[in-house]
Parts: sequence; C-alpha cells; structure tokens
Amino acid sequence: MLDIRELQARVGGGTEILKGITLQVKAGEVHAVMGPNGSGKSTLAQVLAGNPAYEVTGGTATLDGADLLAMQPEERAHAGLFMAFQYPVEIPGVSNAYFLRSAYNEIRKAHGEEEVDPLEFLDIMEKNLALVDMEQSMLNRSVNAGFSGGEKKRNEILQMAVLRPRLAILDETDSGLDIDALRIVAEGVNKLRRPDNATIVVTHYQRLLNHIVPDYVHVLSAGRIVKSGGKELAFELEEKGYDWLESPAEAVA
Amino acid sequence: MTAPVVLRDFEQFAANGGGGGPSWLLPLRRAAIDRFAALGYPTPKNEDWHFTSVSPIAEGAFHAGPPAASVRLEAKDIEPFTFGRPDWIRLVFVNGRFDGALSSDIARPRGVRVTDLAAAWRDQPDLLERHIGKVADFQQTAFTALNTAFMHGGAVIQLAPNVQLDTPVHLVFVSTPDAAGSASHLRTLIVAGHHSKATVVESYVSMGGAAGYFTNAVTEAVLEDGATLAHLKLQTESERAFHVGTLQARQGRDSHLVSFSYAAGGELARTNIYTLLNGEGSGATLHGLYLLDGEQHVDQQTRIEHASPNTFSREVYKGILDGASHGVFNGQVYVRPEAQKTDGKQENNNLLLSAQARVDTKPQLEIFADDVKCTHGATVGRLDELALFYMKSRGIGAERARKLLTYAFAAGVIEAVGLPEVRAELEALTLRRFTGAAAGS
Repeated sequence: MLDIRELQARVGGGTEILKGITLQVKAGEVHAVMGPNGSGKSTLAQVLAGNPAYEVTGGTATLDGADLLAMQPEERAHAGLFMAFQYPVEIPGVSNAYFLRSAYNEIRKAHGEEEVDPLEFLDIMEKNLALVDMEQSMLNRSVNAGFSGGEKKRNEILQMAVLRPRLAILDETDSGLDIDALRIVAEGVNKLRRPDNATIVVTHYQRLLNHIVPDYVHVLSAGRIVKSGGKELAFELEEKGYDWLESPAEAVA
Repeated sequence: MTAPVVLRDFEQFAANGGGGGPSWLLPLRRAAIDRFAALGYPTPKNEDWHFTSVSPIAEGAFHAGPPAASVRLEAKDIEPFTFGRPDWIRLVFVNGRFDGALSSDIARPRGVRVTDLAAAWRDQPDLLERHIGKVADFQQTAFTALNTAFMHGGAVIQLAPNVQLDTPVHLVFVSTPDAAGSASHLRTLIVAGHHSKATVVESYVSMGGAAGYFTNAVTEAVLEDGATLAHLKLQTESERAFHVGTLQARQGRDSHLVSFSYAAGGELARTNIYTLLNGEGSGATLHGLYLLDGEQHVDQQTRIEHASPNTFSREVYKGILDGASHGVFNGQVYVRPEAQKTDGKQENNNLLLSAQARVDTKPQLEIFADDVKCTHGATVGRLDELALFYMKSRGIGAERARKLLTYAFAAGVIEAVGLPEVRAELEALTLRRFTGAAAGS
C-alpha cells in the first residue's frame, strides 16, 4: 500500500533530516516507528502528509501506486492518507462540525460521491463520537480552541474515524496524554483497524504499543532506519533505551 | 488649505435661501461655513488625520447638494439593499434626495416619529433647534462644519420615553452615476427618550456603475437616561467614491450605545464613531469590520470619552486587507478625572492577505482618573500557514481553507450583530469577497 524508497528531506535549505528512508506497509498492518528526539520520526510523518515546511530532496513515496510526493496535502487526504497531528492546530471561529463536514464532503466529492447535508452528517457523527467518548456539544465548539491536550488528541482520532483513511499516521499521539486518555485514543484506533487499511504509529515511548500492538517496529536514528523487527523490539528499547542503537548510526554517517 | 469651490457654492446656496427651514438655520449654516473656511480641509499634520490624506476630496471640487438631474429608481432597484424585510421602517435617499415613493409607508408605533430632514425642519423645528449641531461639534471638525453648512437629506428619528421600538429603522442612501461630481451632506438626528430602545441601520450603497462622488454624512444621537440604541452603519459605496461618515452620540445615565460599523466601499473612506459617556453607568459597545482590496484607503476612528464614574466601553474592530489596500484604525479612549471606576477594553486585529496591503493601527488611551481599568491590544498578522496545512491535510482544498480561515477571523465581530438579516448578509459578503482571492502568500 505504502512504498517509501530512499526518502530524503530537510527543512528550508538546512541539512537533511531524513537521509534515506525505505519502508513498505501493506494493508492490514500496524507499523511502529520509534526513535530518540531528533531522529527524524516526526519529519517522516510530516513529509508524508505534505507539510510545506519540509522539502523533499530525494527518493520516492507512493500510496497504492500513486506518487504521494507530487500531490498537494488535500490530494493526499483524498487518496486516503491521514495524519493525526502531534500538536493539533486551533482554529477559532470554525466549528468542529462545519470543519469535519467540509473535509468529509470534499473527500466524497473527490471520489465522485454525493455530498451529505448537515442532518445526515450528524448521524455519522453520533456513532463516531461514542468511539472517542466525546459529547455532541463539542461539535459546536471551534476546532481545538480551548481544548485540553487529551481532548485535542481525541478530536484527531474522531476525525480519523469519520474520514476513514486507507493509511493513518499517528504522530506522537501519545505524548502528553494521561493513562485514561491514552487508553481511549488507543481503543479508538484499534476499533478502526480493518483488513484494508493500515496504521503507522510514530512514538517515542513503548507504552502506547501496549494498547496498539504493532506488527512491525522500526527504529530511526539520525534520519535512517537502523533496526527493524517485531513487537518485541519495542520492549527491548523500553529496557535498554536508544543509546545502544545510536553509535552504529553515527558510524555510518 | 482653503476651498474656494465650497465657499462659492455656499454663497450661492445662501442667496437662494439656504434650503429653507426655520429662521435660526441660515445663521447656523453661516457660522459653520465660516468655521470651515478657518479650519480648511484637515492635513496629515492634524493628529486625527495622520495616516489619511484628504487632498483627493479637496481637489475633487465636489459641488454641494444633489445633482440637478437624477434617474428615477423603482422599488425593485433598491430591493438588493433591503435585507428582504419590506416591513422595516425605511427611508430611501437617492443621491442625497429623499424619495418618498421608495420609502416604506409603515405606520409608526405610538411615541415614534421617523421623518426625512426636510419635513422635520417644518414639523419639528424645536426638536432640531435643541439638538442639531449640539452633539456634533463643528468648531474643531472640518467635515462636520462643512456638513452643517450644507446639510440636506437624512432623517429625524424621535422616540418618546419608555418606548421600545422593535421594528428596525433603515436609512438607505443610494448613489447612482448621476451623483458624479456632487457632494451629499447628509444629516440625521436620533433622539432616544429616557428608557427607550431602538435599532437604526444606515446603509450607504451605490448602483448602476462606479461613480466619483462624495458622501459627507453626520448622524447625531442623543441617548437620554436608560436609553439603548443599536446603530449599524454599512458602508459599501462605489469603488470610486469618497466617504466621510460620523456618528456622534451623547449618552445619559445608564444608557447604552451598541454600534457596528462595516466598511468595504469607497476609494477613500473615513468613518468616525464618537461618543460621550456623560452619565453614570452608561456604556458603549463598538464593533467594526473593514474589508479592503485594490487601492482602497479606508480609515476608522473611534473616540470614547468617559466623562462620568462607572462607565464602560467594549470595542473590537477587525480588518481584512487584500491587494494594495491601506487600512487605518485609530481608537481613542479619554477618561476624564471624574470618571473613576471606568472599565474599558479595546482590541484591533488585522489580517493581511497580500504583501502589498498595509495597515496603521493606533490605540490611543488618555487617562486622567486614577481608579480605572483600561486595556487595549492591536495585532497585524497573516493567514496561519500551519492552520492552512491542517485543513488541507483533512482534504479541504487550498482555496476553501483560505476562505474558511478568513471568514473565521471576521466571525467574532459579525456574531456581535444583533439583527439576523444583517448578520447573514455580512457573512455572505465576507465569504463572497474572498472567493477566488489569490491572497498573495
């Protein structure tokens, strides 16, 4: 489904943060991308989503065979990509309901489907709100404005539930969450798993992976994947930290 | 700067009877034109006009008064300006002339008088003598002096004590291409008796193509004790027009002025909202929105004078500037020594959509009392790139994301508009205005 080859990227003319990432994700799989601060794991998520602050300097990335890197961020969303933001953006003045319905309808339009009206949309929302334990009243609030950290992350999962992406990338969704919020978020993600979609969980800590069990774990260091393995690799990292991995990466650099 | 054209025009106007009216009127007009001759048009050396040059108005040599010939408008012509509410009390002025046929013939409730100025000179001379020129000072303000010398057209709205008028009063000032070269010195008087309540909407609109004319409007408002006046000014003049519009209010004890000013028209436009909080417990809530594009220069000045204890003011003005437009906001708050416990808040936020657009924002607080709470803030920013990316990453196209964010910026002040019909119109105008805007960034 997702095929990344030798992907290199940087921020605004600086040195490369991603120095050649190669990663394949198939339908039905959950991949965890782990690594210390500054290893490039969030950059990978941002580059795949098309954040204009990052510049791709080499390599390829395709989603179901289509060239992701040639697409605008909104086209990537239409193609089935979704990134849950580490720091969801506050948009005062735009209600959650309006925002989500606009997104939902634009994706439908891109697939040649009829738009849904506000009433139909409310039905869709009701089912999904329960999934992340949110009140209907939050639909009338401005997008993320004045939300607590936990509410923002739950709102990201709510969006993901409504938009039903082919590929979801969770960018450090666990950071700053208490254990209850973490559980709600993880359960939401698990319920959304289908044989025809895939998830990439970007995280610094192993604890989220107790709730979302990955099929594969990849460790990033200094812009490269330095080790890949099964879920047991996450436990190893939890135990030993990242230090034992960093020296070989530096040796390569 | 002297202005021989208007002085000459005045002599001719005076020789022809000065537009009639009661015996005290012509001497008032003459005092005003003399004052104007002494003041001249303001220059940027004048603090109040620091960012705005009115030389195009001075050089425009506009002739005071309605044009000699003016096209007849029909009811359907003004329909686009009536918010779909034929049941409002509506007075329509075409190129500065009252048009009774286009105005609504709705019976005024008991205790409410709404007439055009020409009729009021005849029917309510005492009321006019008591108030005209008493609230809007022409000693210091050149455009008000000019208006007082030539005032014609406009309305007189009088509410008896304790009258609550639920039907809005709508004054529609339409300019057509016939107005080219002329100046309308419109004067409106609102007298709200004690504990009365009303909503007055003033629309300045143009139709039939762009024309270079000059609107110089003054509205005087007297709010007696406990009165509430909601005043909405909607300025969408022709893109080649010049506009100077002043609302000047004097407020009694526990009265409340709720003002909304929308400015989107004119090549050069200035709105002044001035109020004197002259009674304990009185207050003013001022909201404003200016949407500029092209080469427009639009200036808003507000002045709130806290002259009594326990008075309050709340002010939020927002500007959205595109193209090579230039916006100005100057918010003056004076707190006199006796106005203890004044509670004032002022905010001005600007959104620049292009690299060429610019704004000068100048909050100005002068506080002479020692026990007051006054805050102000001003911001100038661009569309948040991260918020744009966030929306796009959810599938919302670039154009729509920009529109939504722009609209969201304005939404805070639009929501403050009490009349749903006007609010809906402003929402539509804000969204429409930025459809397809390249937005430069």
